[in-house]
Amino acid sequence: MPELELVLNHGKKQPGGEERFFQRFTRAQRTMHAVLFTTFLGLAGTGLPLRFSQSYWARRFASAVGGFGAILFFHKLCAVVLTIAFLLHVKEVFQRGLVNREKGIFWGATSMVGNWQDVKDLLNHLRWMVGLGSRPRFERYAYWEKFDYWAVFWGMIVIGFSGYAMWFAPFFAHFLPGWALNAVLVIHSEEGLLAILFIFSIHFVNTHLRPDSFPMDMVIFTGVESEEEFKSKRANEYARLKSEGKLESRLGEKPAAWYLNFSRLVGFTAISIGLILLVLTLSAYFNE
Amino acid sequence: MKLISDPRPAIYLCALLLSSALARSQANSDCLACHSDASMQDASGHSLSVDEHKFGGSTHGSLQCVNCHQAIKGYPHPDKVTPVKCDACHADEAKGLTTSVHSNAAEHPCTSCHGDAHTIYPKTDARSAVYPLNIPRTCSACHSNNGMAGKHGLASVYPTYLDSIHGFALSNEGLLVAANCQSCHGSHHILSRKDPLSPTNKANVPKTCGSCHAGITENYLGGVHGKAIAAGKMNAPVCSDCHTAHAILQPTEAAFRSQSTPICGSCHKDKFSTYRDTFHSQLGALGGYVETARCWDCHGAHDVLPASDPHSPIAPANLVKTCGRCHAGANASFVKYQPHANARNRKLNPALYFIRTFMNLLLASVLTFFMIHTILWLIRSRVDQVKRKAAEGGKHA
Repeated sequence: MPELELVLNHGKKQPGGEERFFQRFTRAQRTMHAVLFTTFLGLAGTGLPLRFSQSYWARRFASAVGGFGAILFFHKLCAVVLTIAFLLHVKEVFQRGLVNREKGIFWGATSMVGNWQDVKDLLNHLRWMVGLGSRPRFERYAYWEKFDYWAVFWGMIVIGFSGYAMWFAPFFAHFLPGWALNAVLVIHSEEGLLAILFIFSIHFVNTHLRPDSFPMDMVIFTGVESEEEFKSKRANEYARLKSEGKLESRLGEKPAAWYLNFSRLVGFTAISIGLILLVLTLSAYFNE
Repeated sequence: MKLISDPRPAIYLCALLLSSALARSQANSDCLACHSDASMQDASGHSLSVDEHKFGGSTHGSLQCVNCHQAIKGYPHPDKVTPVKCDACHADEAKGLTTSVHSNAAEHPCTSCHGDAHTIYPKTDARSAVYPLNIPRTCSACHSNNGMAGKHGLASVYPTYLDSIHGFALSNEGLLVAANCQSCHGSHHILSRKDPLSPTNKANVPKTCGSCHAGITENYLGGVHGKAIAAGKMNAPVCSDCHTAHAILQPTEAAFRSQSTPICGSCHKDKFSTYRDTFHSQLGALGGYVETARCWDCHGAHDVLPASDPHSPIAPANLVKTCGRCHAGANASFVKYQPHANARNRKLNPALYFIRTFMNLLLASVLTFFMIHTILWLIRSRVDQVKRKAAEGGKHA
């Protein structure tokens, strides 16, 4: 399998000297991703049986873990943890962007905020896919990564709000009209389904399973990527850092073998759970 | 004159004279001279022995053998004797039996329920086969897996009954008032439930159950279902449609609660389908240690009334109280929630319909766009990769 080679070569000595590794994600960001995918799997695993409560596997799963009481408890627990993580993230963004006046948070090449360049990147990328142009060179965050980020951001607000509205329905009824209590379930379940389908198919493939990263992009676990990967995946960022003379400041350490193996174990487990849930979701959806 | 107006003393006198006359001709002791032998059998192996002591203590103990075995006039008597006819004395019971489901006397002789005629006791005697606590076991000789039920294609009701609240009360608690088979089916004049006269005929079920459950039956008769049945609308449910006839589960049990919504749904199809869309149903379907609202938690169970009736728990004025039973703090706005909202119906629930349509469009468009995007990307990346490898040395291509 030629795809595997890229991963297997990670950290190995390349002809011409020791391979350099560059920092992409901080420890806090990686922790945030770990909290995010753990709680997301928990929420998906406990939300899907409710969404497809008439399906055979939902009932079997529910009776195995102690009925909907247990499922709902775990769902709410994950929701609370994710809410805290979300609020910490928002606080950090505002802290860095508004209080510390850090550059590149709300706009610029390193920002998560979409810009005109992303539209051009998308069109050029599509052109390249159908063989009408050369492969575009990306900055720190490519347009599909920004989409992932904002999809999750929007999803957490929508799913979170509708979820809390159901959890504390009598309280929310003080300022929401009656029909909104009906609407929140529709919104919660549809948006949840979208998130699950998107993450377990599109995000998995775009980020981990496509040939350039197959079988998993380890950077979200290790925080570092090889110079070769950096150059090919985010050529514009690499070039910009080099021209600004900041490339060396981003140098990171080669990840330890045990940590890489541990990360693979966690990552593959998460992806496997996700794919199983995806199959169950699709089977239940089309059997409804 | 008095003697003529009440003929019973005269009849008793005649019977006494008659029996003493017969006794002279054929005394019990004459019969027992042979039939007290415990090993006495006929050609087919049936016991012909009579325990004098047991017979004497039975309800027929004061009778002479020949009162029943009338064909025997003397000794020796023929090997084959005409069977005893119980209806000579028990005419009313026999009459009921002839039109009942047990009318075939060869298949259902009196002894099949009452036991050996020489050891019959009154039904108030705990030794009697038809003592209330013994009736289910007696009927089970046929109406369970091992008996006639299979042969005649009847349901094996005995095990189901035993597990029911009635069976439990009877067999575990020894409760005499617990419903046994004959409480509902009658005894001699048992009719098929298809017979309009049968106490288990659908139209009669409320009255039958009401002979014990009087209060609930009164509630039921005041509700829409009871009124419909009284008006001859036989689609409406009676007691046994929801509670079943023999298995009768505790309504508080999870098993009953989860099986009951489809029962209501078998008629109220549109309400059932919209209920299924709700959180109440989604949670309820998964079971567990907490319960969510089933049909009757909101609508009432026996006295179901339309929302237009001010006594109905779903009458607008009562909703805060009804919802508040589970949802502490429910207010007037909270109860505007529609437990049967139909997001697929634009006319009934326009807001919900448009929200659902918008969410579906969002889901479909995002997924469609990225599905195409990802597939194209995958193909192109793979093609590039193979080309690159080929250029590098061709060994992986």
